[in-house]
Amino acid sequence: MTNAVDIRKVTKVFGTFTALHGVSLSIRDNEFFTLLGPSGCGKTTLLRLMAGFEEVSGGEILLFGQNIASLEPNLRPVNTVFQQYALFPHMSVIDNVAFGLKMKGWTLPKRRARAGEMLEMVHLSDFADRLPTQLSGGQQQRVALARALAPQPKVLLLDEPLSALDLKLRQAMRMELKQLQQGTGITFIFVTHDQEEALTMSNRIAVMSAGRVQQIGTPREIYETPVNRFVADFIGETNLLEVEVAAIAGDQAEVILPGGQRVTCSSATTEKGRHHLSVRPERVTLGTVGSGMQAVVEQVVYLGTDLQVLVRLDGGTAMQVRIQNAARTEVPSPGTRVGLTLEEGAARLLAD
Amino acid sequence: MAGVGSDSGASAETTYRSARVPLLLPTWLMIGVFLVLPVALMAVYSFLTKEMRGGVIWDFSLAAYDQFFVHRGLFGDEPPTLEWTYISVFGRSIIQAAIATVLCLLIGFPTAWFIATRPPETRGVWLFLVTVPYWVNLLIRTVSLRFLIRENGPLNDALMGAGVISEPLALINTDFAVQLGLFYSYLPFMVLPIYAAVERYNFTWSEAAADLYATRWVTLREIVLPIVRPGIVAGCLLVFIPSLGAFLAPNLLGGAKNFMIGSLIEEQFKKSLGNWPFGAAVSMILMSLVLILLMIYARSAARQEAR
Ligand SMILES: Nc1ncnc2c1ncn2[C@@H]1O[C@H](COP(=O)(O)OP(=O)(O)OP(=O)(O)O)[C@@H](O)[C@H]1O
Ligand SMILES: [Mg+2]
Repeated sequence: MTNAVDIRKVTKVFGTFTALHGVSLSIRDNEFFTLLGPSGCGKTTLLRLMAGFEEVSGGEILLFGQNIASLEPNLRPVNTVFQQYALFPHMSVIDNVAFGLKMKGWTLPKRRARAGEMLEMVHLSDFADRLPTQLSGGQQQRVALARALAPQPKVLLLDEPLSALDLKLRQAMRMELKQLQQGTGITFIFVTHDQEEALTMSNRIAVMSAGRVQQIGTPREIYETPVNRFVADFIGETNLLEVEVAAIAGDQAEVILPGGQRVTCSSATTEKGRHHLSVRPERVTLGTVGSGMQAVVEQVVYLGTDLQVLVRLDGGTAMQVRIQNAARTEVPSPGTRVGLTLEEGAARLLAD
Repeated sequence: MAGVGSDSGASAETTYRSARVPLLLPTWLMIGVFLVLPVALMAVYSFLTKEMRGGVIWDFSLAAYDQFFVHRGLFGDEPPTLEWTYISVFGRSIIQAAIATVLCLLIGFPTAWFIATRPPETRGVWLFLVTVPYWVNLLIRTVSLRFLIRENGPLNDALMGAGVISEPLALINTDFAVQLGLFYSYLPFMVLPIYAAVERYNFTWSEAAADLYATRWVTLREIVLPIVRPGIVAGCLLVFIPSLGAFLAPNLLGGAKNFMIGSLIEEQFKKSLGNWPFGAAVSMILMSLVLILLMIYARSAARQEAR
């Protein structure tokens, strides 16, 4: 089966600034694909290249196997939900939603009916005749979504479409977007800098940083087997410990923890020497003195469902550990000495 | 908390309301002295009797309006018919002003668009260039234009020198010359309001339209023009209205047969030849015409809003 989108060694240069350095990725048909990365890493730029608002400086973009370099934006079967909504200010909400259908030559009754359905889907039926300026930011974002979905594009590009919503609505919309994507079979390319959003919605994620793709994989792969420090640090919370590699074989390594204990863990590198070890805080157990890494509890932070325990290893390195706030959890008090043991799969050796 | 907030809001409003009269006084004075008074004076004068050496006699008379609309023959003894002389001056003026407006729009819109799409640092320079000619008095500029396009002036010399024409073009005292004068005088009034509207235009709207399958042409028609329309309308009014009453361009560039309303009015107030009540009446008729046009526009705009 052909991929929905193939991005091959795409480079984008603005004047003297290189926004994308040879990005390559393939997005499958019917996939919910997320571009995740911090602000300014080039997510919007990549979307704009796909939509046709910018020209690539190098490389090529294929849409269902066809090179679209010479195709004007209005000829690409791709619709965009813009980061700043870009609703037409002189048209009512329903006319905004129906605009794409009008351009495709639908008759007035047909496009009104379809736009009405779209508004129902985003719970804005009562607002059909308002002007965009008479809506809240979140409502405008939903109109933008309805407008982009109405013509049933093959690929939908969404540029941080949930950023203006409050937490409750955002969580509800996540589920709805996901269902919508599964229901319509449209390929979604979703941009966000919110890792939780990315993990909960995506089939696959591309983690980007400074114009480069760092890692592509399923949410589980990205979270559990990050390839480098950036990914491990950006996705979820982690402890980065500097460790000495004792032995390395394939994707397994034996490392020497601070305090001298040796553990085997998965490895993203094949080089010996000193590297960073990522230790997920929820995969560490607090034990009694004598077992594992020796540490002193410094502070306990109450987070509701969890407790965050800040400890200092005997070597001087600070770490955090998450324990569940269950009824029978013993809360360690600051100053007590503890031993930390790593659960299966807690640690991963990273490339730099 | 909310109660306190709304309380202080209400008291602020009453504070401003009680101060409204003294604060607005200067504005009302300005409007009264410089707008209402002259117009009222004009209205009154148009109903007075003319004094042969200029000025008026304070006797009520409809003679000025009669002269404008009613034809009674050379000696005033024929049966009254509609007088076409002045109406045709109005007609010609409206056509001239309309053509000038369209020309200004055709050149002004792309110009404004060009300036508004330059990087912000350089826009100021372009705007400056557009307004530089206006540092020179309109009379002087119009006289210079006359000098430029006259039979053996620089324009004809250059064209003949380049071999484009063999005979000098007779440009002076033509409608073309009047058009040139009007266009040149009022172009910035078209450029500036359109610039202001285009500058506020968000080009992501054009991208959104293209994304939704609109061609460039459709985007211009359905998105760009409706959004910048207030600027276009303002520019058209700012060119059309002064063009309609212009007298420098028709007088200096058009000659006797390219007479416009402005020249007609101006003539009535020249010392010995003039007829003040008639000049006042023509002015009142012109003003009413403009007001009616504006009201029709406001109506249709309001109707479109309500749609
Ligand atoms: N037209 C442009 N000219 C010059 N530089 C640009 C242009 N567009 C983007 N950039 C630069 O390219 C980089 C990537 O920008 P981009 O908008 O793709 O970031 P992003 O990942 O979408 O960030 P955010 O999460 O803040 O939206 C930024 O450093 C930005 O300054
Ligand atoms: Mg962005």
